[in-house]
Formats: sequence, C-alpha cells, structure tokens
Amino acid sequence: MESLTALIIGALTAASVYLMLTRNFMRFLFGLILLSNAVNLTIFASGRMTKGAPALVPYGADAPLGPVGNALPQALVLTAIVIGFGLLAFALALAFEGFRRTGTVDTDELRYAEPKEDAQK
Amino acid sequence: MSWVLVMPIAVPFATAVVAYLARNFPAGRWISVAGSALSLIVSALLMIAVLDQGVIAAQMSNWSAPFGITLVADYLSAVMVVITAITGLATAIYALGEIPESTERLGFHALFQTLIAGVTGAFLTGDLFNLYVWFEVMLIASFSLLVIGGGKDRLDAGIKYVALNLVSTLVFLSGIGLLYGVTGTLNMADLRGAVAAAENQGLITVIAMMFMVGFGVKAAVFPLFFWLPASYHTPYFAISAVFAGLLTKVGVYALMRMFTLVFVGDVGFTHEILIWVSLLTMFTGVIGAAAQMDFRKILSFHIISQIGYMTLGLALYTPLALMGGVFYLVHHIIVKANLFFVAGLAKQYTGDTDLTRIGGLYKSAPLLAALFIIPAFSLAGFPPLSGFWAKYLIVKAAIELNMWFVTFVSLLVGLLTIYSMTKIWGYAFWKPHPEGFDPTPDRAPARVTAAMITPIAALAAMTIIIGFYPEPFVQFAQTAATQLLDPTDYVTTVLGAQP
Repeated sequence: MESLTALIIGALTAASVYLMLTRNFMRFLFGLILLSNAVNLTIFASGRMTKGAPALVPYGADAPLGPVGNALPQALVLTAIVIGFGLLAFALALAFEGFRRTGTVDTDELRYAEPKEDAQK
Repeated sequence: MSWVLVMPIAVPFATAVVAYLARNFPAGRWISVAGSALSLIVSALLMIAVLDQGVIAAQMSNWSAPFGITLVADYLSAVMVVITAITGLATAIYALGEIPESTERLGFHALFQTLIAGVTGAFLTGDLFNLYVWFEVMLIASFSLLVIGGGKDRLDAGIKYVALNLVSTLVFLSGIGLLYGVTGTLNMADLRGAVAAAENQGLITVIAMMFMVGFGVKAAVFPLFFWLPASYHTPYFAISAVFAGLLTKVGVYALMRMFTLVFVGDVGFTHEILIWVSLLTMFTGVIGAAAQMDFRKILSFHIISQIGYMTLGLALYTPLALMGGVFYLVHHIIVKANLFFVAGLAKQYTGDTDLTRIGGLYKSAPLLAALFIIPAFSLAGFPPLSGFWAKYLIVKAAIELNMWFVTFVSLLVGLLTIYSMTKIWGYAFWKPHPEGFDPTPDRAPARVTAAMITPIAALAAMTIIIGFYPEPFVQFAQTAATQLLDPTDYVTTVLGAQP
C-alpha cells in the first residue's frame, strides 16, 4: 500500500512539474492543484497506513479497543485541503480577472508591472 | 496567563470583523487605527510578561503539549509581536491619508488587520502545523491587499506573487508531512528532542533543506527572491510598507526558529549553505538595486540585500552573530517600512516614483528630506543610527570567526547601499524637477499630509533612539540570542518540567 501511494505521489508530482514549467498561467495552476494533492497524500502516508482499523470508539466505550489507524494526519490533510481550496479559488479568480483585463494568460507577455527597459524610456 | 498570549492575535481579528462591518462608513478607518493602538497595548503587556518570566507558554483548550496547539513567547517572539504592532499602528495611520474611499469600501482595513493577525500568530505559535495555518492566513490577506483597487500592473504582480508563494507553501507543507512521518510530533519544542533522537539523520537533513527552501522563498533569499521585485512596487504605499517591513521577516523568523530549535543536528552542513546563500542574497540584492531607477524598486531590492544580513547572523551561529541577527530584524522593520512611507509621500508631492521624472524635493519639502535621510543612512549603516550597530554586531561576529571573505562582502554591500541611497537623494531630493515646477506640499490636502508624515516622523524618531541608546536593545538581543542557542527554557516551559 505504501509503495503504491509513493508511486501515485511521484506521478502526480512529475505531472505537476511538467505543467508548471509552461508559460500558460492556467496550466501552471492545474499543476499547482496536482502538486497540492501530492503533498496531501504525502501527509496522509506519513501517518503510516493501517488496514481495516478505523479510529472509531465503539458505542459505550471511552477509548478505542485495540490498535487503530492514526487519525491525526487525516485531520491535518482535511485542514490542508480546505486551506488549499480557498487559495486555489483565489488564484483562479485572479487568473480570470487577469485574463479579462489583459487578454492573455501567457506569463511572458505579462509585463505590466515590469515593462521592458526600452519601453520605459 | 494564557490571555496575554491570545490577545495580540485576537485583537486584530476582532478589529477586522468590526472594520469589515463598518467598511462603508468613515468610522471604519478610525476603528482600524483604534484596533491597532489596542494591539500595541496588548503586545506591550505580552512583552512585560516575557521580560518578567523569560519564556511563557499557553496550551489552547487545555490540551497539554505536545498534543494540543501551544502558543509560546520567548524574547524573540515577544519583540517581533511588539514591532508588528508598531508597524501596524504606523500603517493604519498612514492609510488614513493614502487609501481612497473606494478601496476602503472593498474591505481594505479588514484585510489589513487580518494580515497583522496572521503575522502575529506566526510569531507566537509553538506548533509547526499551526505555523502553516498562520502562513496561509497571512498569505491570503496579502494576496488580496496586493491586488486591491488596482489595474493591470497590480494583477500582473499579483499573479507572480501568488504563484511563487503557493509553491513555497507546498514545499513547506510536504516538509511538515515528512517530519511528522519521521518523528511523530509537530510541537516545535517536542521536535527538538524527537529530531535529535531520530535514527535516520540523513533524512532529517533532507527535510531541513525542504524547510530552508520553503521559508527561503518567504524570506526572499537568493535564488528564490524573484517574486519580490516583481510585485512590491505596485500596491498602495501603505501596503508595500507593511509587506516590506513584516512579510519577509516572518520567513526570516521561521528560519531562525527552526534552525536554532529543531534542525541543529548537522550545523556544519546546513548553516554552511546558509552562509553562502546569505552572501549571495546580500550581493545580488544590492547589485539589483544599483540597476533600478524607480524609488520603490530600489527599496525592494534593498529588502533582499538586507535579508542576507539577517540570515547571515543565523548562519554564523555564534551568540554574537545571532544577537546581531535579532537586532538587525528589529532595526530593519522600522527603517524599511519608513522608507516606503517616505516614497509614498514623495509621490504625493511630485506625482511619480520614477527617479528620472521627479526632483526638487529638498527645496520644497525640507522636512521630508530630513526624514528620508535618517532611515536611508540607517539602512546604509551610518553611525550613530540603528543600522550601524546592527551591521557592527554582524561584522564583528564574522571577524571573530576569522571569516575574512564574509567580512569583506558585508562591508562592500554596506558601501553599495550608500550608493543607492545617495542616488535616491540626488535624483529625488537634490536635482531640480525635470519639468521645472516646484513639487509643493500644498498639492495634497493638509489632512492627508499630516496622516502620512506622522508615522514617518515617529519611526524616524525610533531609529534615532535605537541609534543613540543602543544599550538596552543590544542587551535584549543578547538575551534573545542566548535563548535561541540554548532553548532549554523554551522546551521545559512548553512541555512542562520533564526528567
């Protein structure tokens, strides 16, 4: 199970790096989404995988009976997903507004903040 | 005891909520100022408590460490919280003059207070994952503030800033995940022992490098700084001042915290890398500034160059060097925010920040000229201003280690800083205005000028006070450095007395 997760994380990271190396900002954002999922899986896997032992307390008991899976990484991943969702929503809105105003998503053509030297003079 | 630690975070958040509700009324901006003043008071109370007890910690919801979230303040955290509150108050007052009503209606003050809350939270937390959350609070507020009320240039700058900062956050987050996988804890005090006891020290070093990259992007060190000069010259001056003063310093603080408290197993390797990174940061920053002809772009590159001095203080890793690093942090926040404030007022008077298109400020606004000279020369390290003592401590630490190359680069960068500052002085203040008119202060309403010049004067006064009476500040930095190098107090306060 761990090796399968590791392979998935590797594949996601490779795909995201490929996407993020393009000049198209939308592709960059898609790469970022994949990368954030790869990171979430990393956190999930770092809590060790246990098969068929959910962290549940049986009815009437105070503590889980016997060993259970680690619930903390799942809580962390949940937090990271929510935060990542908010940030990506902002980034997508920014990309859309940038496209609406400038008409391009090519980051090489976005030279409004830093005009080329000869354009300044 | 815990309220002392919670209030510096809670007050800006509460102010943000109230300021948001009142965003359509003129009262909204005064709520922001009042909230910032209140923040300063509660931060001062925190500082008093820390001076009294050394290190204080509070467990949120009474979940004992290392299981719950811990808030903890030692000397370094406390001084950063106080300086954040000071910068916050100065910016809130400055914003009274600069920020137009249309931007206020968009919720400017609420976003600004959220930013301050996020920065303060990052300084106070004792939990690694919680640090990530505070970074995100700070980031989302800074994203919005960067693009608020703007045109194409702000959107362009925002895209680059957002993209690079999101990547760095993901590197930081995966570092957290891997560190948890190795040690099974995320409490920073608990991590110190757990990391030292970890079997696979090679893996720990790899994780340490992930943290260095993640925080390095935030701190804008070489070669990860490209987002900074691409974005810091576009937003409102109040915003770029608070960004310049505080945001990169959160990265430096996080580096200082993690590489003195947790990642100290292989100092020869990690801190050696930091030395070279710092030297290159200092040098590329100052060379970049020399090539620029825009008031704010020059200042932006100087942020990078000054960051190098602070990380150098950490990298040399002696008591004197760390003391210099802490002193530098405090001095730099005040000076840098102030220089951006001056740039904003200079734009009010002359209508531009391009140095070739402005001039004559010395003749028409001698007070502003005097108030520029103080932070500018402090930045360059002229005695007896605050920057001199900061540089003196770092350079002395390098000399004591017989690192002559490091000493040489530090002094050279100081010299080149003077070059840039005299360039601004010569172009903006001394030379006559190219279009032949006197940039008169009358162009801005008196209310605006008063709101903008008050924080400039106050911060300049602080620079002078630190410069002429450095003794208490140096002693404070010395204690902070001692606490960083020997965090026994920190660990026992957080985890409770342990065998």
